[in-house]
Amino acid sequence: MDYNGGSVIAMLGKDCVAIAADLRLGNQALGISADFQRVFPITDRIYLGLPGLATDVATLYERFRFRVNMYTIKEGREIEPETFAHLVSSTLYERRFGPYFVEPVMAGISRTPTGKIKPFIAATDLIGCLNFAKDFVVAGTASQKLYGVAEGLWEPDLEPEDLFETISQTMLNAVDRDAFSGWGAVVHVITKDKVVTRTLKGRMD
Amino acid sequence: MNSFAQRFSSSGPIAQLAKARGTLADDDDDFSDAVWGSEAGFGNVAKGIPTFTVPSIPDPTSFLQLHTDDHADPSCRIKIQHGTTTLAFRFKGGVIVAVDSRATAGSYIASGTVKKVIEINPYLLGTMAGGAADCQYWETYLGMHCRLHELRNKERISVSAASKFLSNLVYSYKGMGLSMGTMICGWDKTGPAIFYVDSDGTRLKGDLFSVGSGSTFAYGVLDQGYHWDLTDAEAQELGRRSIYAAGHRDAFSGNTVNLYHVKENGWEFIGNYDVNALHYDGPGDVAGSPGHGYGYSVRTEGISSANPPTSSA
Repeated sequence: MDYNGGSVIAMLGKDCVAIAADLRLGNQALGISADFQRVFPITDRIYLGLPGLATDVATLYERFRFRVNMYTIKEGREIEPETFAHLVSSTLYERRFGPYFVEPVMAGISRTPTGKIKPFIAATDLIGCLNFAKDFVVAGTASQKLYGVAEGLWEPDLEPEDLFETISQTMLNAVDRDAFSGWGAVVHVITKDKVVTRTLKGRMD
Repeated sequence: MNSFAQRFSSSGPIAQLAKARGTLADDDDDFSDAVWGSEAGFGNVAKGIPTFTVPSIPDPTSFLQLHTDDHADPSCRIKIQHGTTTLAFRFKGGVIVAVDSRATAGSYIASGTVKKVIEINPYLLGTMAGGAADCQYWETYLGMHCRLHELRNKERISVSAASKFLSNLVYSYKGMGLSMGTMICGWDKTGPAIFYVDSDGTRLKGDLFSVGSGSTFAYGVLDQGYHWDLTDAEAQELGRRSIYAAGHRDAFSGNTVNLYHVKENGWEFIGNYDVNALHYDGPGDVAGSPGHGYGYSVRTEGISSANPPTSSA
């Protein structure tokens, strides 16, 4: 997991969710790129963060894209975040004895049968153990530092603007204590009718 | 006339005074020197030469070799501050010494404000790479002996002699896990001088050195810009720019740059520069400043469609 570096965090807010990732791609200690996207849109309302081995990040994203497309065609509707989380989990468990070195983090907004909206975040380990959290989920080389900062900054029912500030400060300050993450960050704030994406300037060392 | 007799008589005031002193001194001996707080703050150097406790087994050296860090075997280590970038180079205006300030423990950045230049005395600087404590302790100890040399010989120690003292010293501990890669820099009778000394016992004289995990990046910039006839401003800028390059690319180097310039009358601290500020804005209003950020994306912004002006706005 230290080979390429990188970290992702997702946070729950009031009728909104946010997901943030750093932009560093490294080869051990050597920084290669400050423009490596490790967060991907799955549907209009679901984003997936894939910290870990970069080759597996690329492979898995394509596998998920394929499976989500197949689901959409067969079901004739968009996949729900909870369903997608289980799809991620079972895809990873297929490689139980030779896993992909990736720890996915998901953020999305789901619609309940009554038409209400429900913000959703989840993470799994590298073989697909699901973790549905009610506050925040973290993964990657800076995960321990992210836990520390997030425990200190996060609070329930944050509005989108405040959630953006909270997740941005959490990501920026956590990766400044991690040698393998950083070099800028990207933040997506997902609300019921739009997604706001911002690129953050970070420390370049 | 009686003073002579008084001095050697066993009675009389002087003898009594001496006796009293003796009792006082005896009383004093009931307390070991350790009572006065770690040998009055002199630690294990109080007795002249430092002593260390070693593992109480028949062959401590092989034991230490097994359990202490060395680059051949990364699996076992006792301490070690690994990632670092340090450089020093000689030019017509003296010696430039520049270092980063990051300390890492695994992937954790333990500190971003480490002083990796050790000010041995007003004419000598030592750099720190490897074991932080080893460098700090032995280079301070070297400073002590440099002072003793001055007192004994009524002249300053040469950089060559100082560095040889250190290399002989660390060589006597070879195989016991000392870890240091240092440059001893100064100005003596022969002019500016740099010696590379490491814990293997290597001692090299040279014009230009860089040590640490980020040294290759620093060498890249240094070799490209180095020549003997650099002006002071150009030389300081080269040192700053080289450490920035290492701080940028190397995960285990960064945070800030500390810059020193050794001239004929001793060293001078030039400044402390944040690597991130250097990337985006440059060193600011200082000698040799390019007046803009060092970062590639900052310098090339807006001159090609691959990096449009809005990219970092």
